[in-house]
Amino acid sequence: MSTKKGLNLTLKIWRQKNNKSKGQFETYKISDVSTDSSFLEMLDMLNENLINEGQEPIAFDHDCREGICGMCSLYINGRPHGPDTGITTCQLHMRMFQDGETIHIEPWRSAAFPIIKDLVTDRSSFDRVMAAGGFISVNTSGNTLDANAILVPKEDADNAMDAAACIGCGACVATCKNGSAMLFVGAKVTQLALLPQGRIEAERRVLNMVKAMDEEGFGNCSNTGACEVECPKGITLSVIAKMNREYMAAAIDKG
Amino acid sequence: MSKLDSKIPAGPLADKWKNHKDHMNLVSPNNRDKIDIIVVGTGLAGGSAAATLAEQGYNVKAFCYQDSPRRAHSIAAQGGINAAKNYQGDGDSVYRLFYDTIKGGDYRSREANVYRLAEVSSSIIDQCVAQGVPFGREYGGQLDNRSFGGVQVKRTFYAKGQTGQQLLLGAYSAMSRQIGKGRIKMYNRHEMLELVIVDGKARGIIARNLVTGEIEKHSAHAVVIASGGYGNVYFLSTNAMGSNVSAAWKIHKKGAYFANPCFVQIHPTCIPVHGTAQSKLTLMSESLRNSGRIWVPKNIEDAVAIREGKLKAENIPAENRDYYLERRYPAFGNLVPRDVASRAAKERCDAGYGIENNETHEGVYLDFSTEILKKGNEAAIEKNIHNPTPQQIYDLGKAWIEEKYGNLFVMYEKITADNPYVTPMKIYPAVHYTMGGVWVDYNLQSTIPGCFVIGEANFSDHGANRLGASALMQGLADGYFVLPYTIADYLAADIRTGAIPTDTPEFTTAEKEIQDKVNFFINNKGNHSVDYFHKKLGHIMWNKVGMGRTPEGLKEAIREIEEVRRDFWADVKVPGDANGMNMELEKAFRVADFLELGQLMAMDALEREESCGGHFRWDHATPEGEAERDDEHFKYVAAWEYQGDNINQEVVHKEDLIYENIEVKTRSYK
Repeated sequence: MSTKKGLNLTLKIWRQKNNKSKGQFETYKISDVSTDSSFLEMLDMLNENLINEGQEPIAFDHDCREGICGMCSLYINGRPHGPDTGITTCQLHMRMFQDGETIHIEPWRSAAFPIIKDLVTDRSSFDRVMAAGGFISVNTSGNTLDANAILVPKEDADNAMDAAACIGCGACVATCKNGSAMLFVGAKVTQLALLPQGRIEAERRVLNMVKAMDEEGFGNCSNTGACEVECPKGITLSVIAKMNREYMAAAIDKG
Repeated sequence: MSKLDSKIPAGPLADKWKNHKDHMNLVSPNNRDKIDIIVVGTGLAGGSAAATLAEQGYNVKAFCYQDSPRRAHSIAAQGGINAAKNYQGDGDSVYRLFYDTIKGGDYRSREANVYRLAEVSSSIIDQCVAQGVPFGREYGGQLDNRSFGGVQVKRTFYAKGQTGQQLLLGAYSAMSRQIGKGRIKMYNRHEMLELVIVDGKARGIIARNLVTGEIEKHSAHAVVIASGGYGNVYFLSTNAMGSNVSAAWKIHKKGAYFANPCFVQIHPTCIPVHGTAQSKLTLMSESLRNSGRIWVPKNIEDAVAIREGKLKAENIPAENRDYYLERRYPAFGNLVPRDVASRAAKERCDAGYGIENNETHEGVYLDFSTEILKKGNEAAIEKNIHNPTPQQIYDLGKAWIEEKYGNLFVMYEKITADNPYVTPMKIYPAVHYTMGGVWVDYNLQSTIPGCFVIGEANFSDHGANRLGASALMQGLADGYFVLPYTIADYLAADIRTGAIPTDTPEFTTAEKEIQDKVNFFINNKGNHSVDYFHKKLGHIMWNKVGMGRTPEGLKEAIREIEEVRRDFWADVKVPGDANGMNMELEKAFRVADFLELGQLMAMDALEREESCGGHFRWDHATPEGEAERDDEHFKYVAAWEYQGDNINQEVVHKEDLIYENIEVKTRSYK
């Protein structure tokens, strides 16, 4: 039998009824949290307590709870996805916290991600940037050529995969002092620009995606690197450099 | 009277799909924008269908409950996607993929559907590569393959351990392109709550806007359900928390038959349950079984010592390890199908050899040390290192493992705080995929005209069990290459219909019913949360409708679920209000449906007096504990027809499964 003692915690959580109302921090106590639980399971426990006490539970986004869907968010003690690197909030475990600790929990902070309720924000601006060019224009009817007729050097395929690993969670934007989405956009631009099948419309893609990104109110990159530090999937600043190169070349070309 | 007409085309198996396509009705390009299609769900099936239908020129309205289509649970699939490309020259073919899939499904799926799946599989790879999916490559630039459980060829294409993610992002990017062009209207954070039928045909849905709480009416000429599986009926499963059965269950209640609900796949390689606060289970990719060996201690005292923390796995010598899959199934070893591997793990744990330090003792090891040694030696030769030291071999082998499965190892360590390069992974079976679903004919149409069901939400391709890397294949096959043809055949009759109005009595009635239910939940002064009931249901399902089933247990389950259902409607508490985001209200709708479906699953399991695939009955087992199938009496699809609130009254219709092209054999992996 396990003899591990549960944690007793004080939680300061951002509550906000909807986009029109003003929000504020509320304080909650929770006891006997297993160190094997995930952070979201701790919030489940708190919500269960709140419901039983006749209060409204805290709204937060989450879905796969395997670190891959990108739905979970949360600013925890001043960091997106909390005090661990290379993970999403669903994979943050309570063994990272001390008994008696006070934890601050906030929604993503960015003008381009307006708050919907409590800890839930609207990230549909990412979808609109994708719709502006985050794709290869190929007919989906299947009458394309044999897959092995397009040879891709292993290094390029591997690098494209590393960039493609972005889960679109928005931690990069939330942590950036400029609210920049350049790590997110750079990841897609890099993935598709590295592949022969994406090269053909690379110029058009980068120009359109950057334009959409600006229109959505995301800021510019000033090379602070916070996005790279907080990215749960290890996307590096090199994708921003790649995007800038692609953008410059395209702008001169189309200029 | 039964409406089961599978509409399988005549002619030789290999020509059925081609002939069928040659003779179907078409909607000409200039008429397609007179047609509206609703797609519910935007995973691999729904996303690929929405993109393709929009590409063809139809007006598509796509719905998902997540904040973006990119978050559909298909994204979590790790290992890979099968295709009969035979790039490896190891004897693969369309027929062999078809054969493996039928056999893997324990001869409970439809020949013609499965053959078509195998046939279009290679187009899927072509399509995805064209979209920029970064599949793993060889140094020469060609695509790489792995092998997977249940098969003896290398036909699985992969993108690191994130294949589902990359395929979904491919479909999402194709959708994004159509959204940008205005051809798809995307409804994020919307949930379908009812199907609307007008003059016997599916003509729209009632959906709730999960942000504003508004109940919306949406019309179309056809409705496509692509809402995934129902594994969350067990509460703990590998499904995303929001995955639900509601869309499929709502059409069932409107007349679509629900087929083989008892066929649920238990996946052998999940991280074991840690405690009572657990919300869901995390899968470790099946691809790990290519390199990992599964074992428990041979001596029971070692198992006890491990559980008590007095002994470490790595300190048990090889001769004291029981590699039980290699022992029992020498031909397939660690790559036996999922149902076989899962039951074998349960058998060892039930016998007392489990290694997990909790009340259940449920856990076995997945060990990579042999593979690290083997790959290290190979790499040393390749790098011309003569007389390598053990450390060099280990480092080279570890580097190989890291390259192949690195992200999975990191994920495991984050969750368990154990380093799997040193200590073998602990794994145990968990509910994963549901093979049952809405009954559809060869055209993927349900028994409601105009209501099509694709991907995991239908029952058609996986029989009683699902092989690895075949779910992604079915989702994309249905969405990119099957539905776009078959739906046209149906819609050809609708080009003069005009837009479907939403101010008709059918829409108004359906809308009111949903509004009433919302009001009920918000105003019910109950004492227990939605999760309280969901966990109760899950407990019954796992213990009595789980890996091993008995007639007594199933009868108890039916009775107990009825009780929980009654309590739920009397005593559920949903805080907050309806005019805005209310996640408890969302859950209440879903759990209401899970409760009804759970009862039907137990009924179906009771009715099917045989063991096959994921459905294992203790009263139908061989003396060695292997499944005993009964082809004489149960070689059919059980399709249930809704009869009103009392689920016990549902009527079963049977579609006989006819095998003309393969010999039905007892599965053996020995």
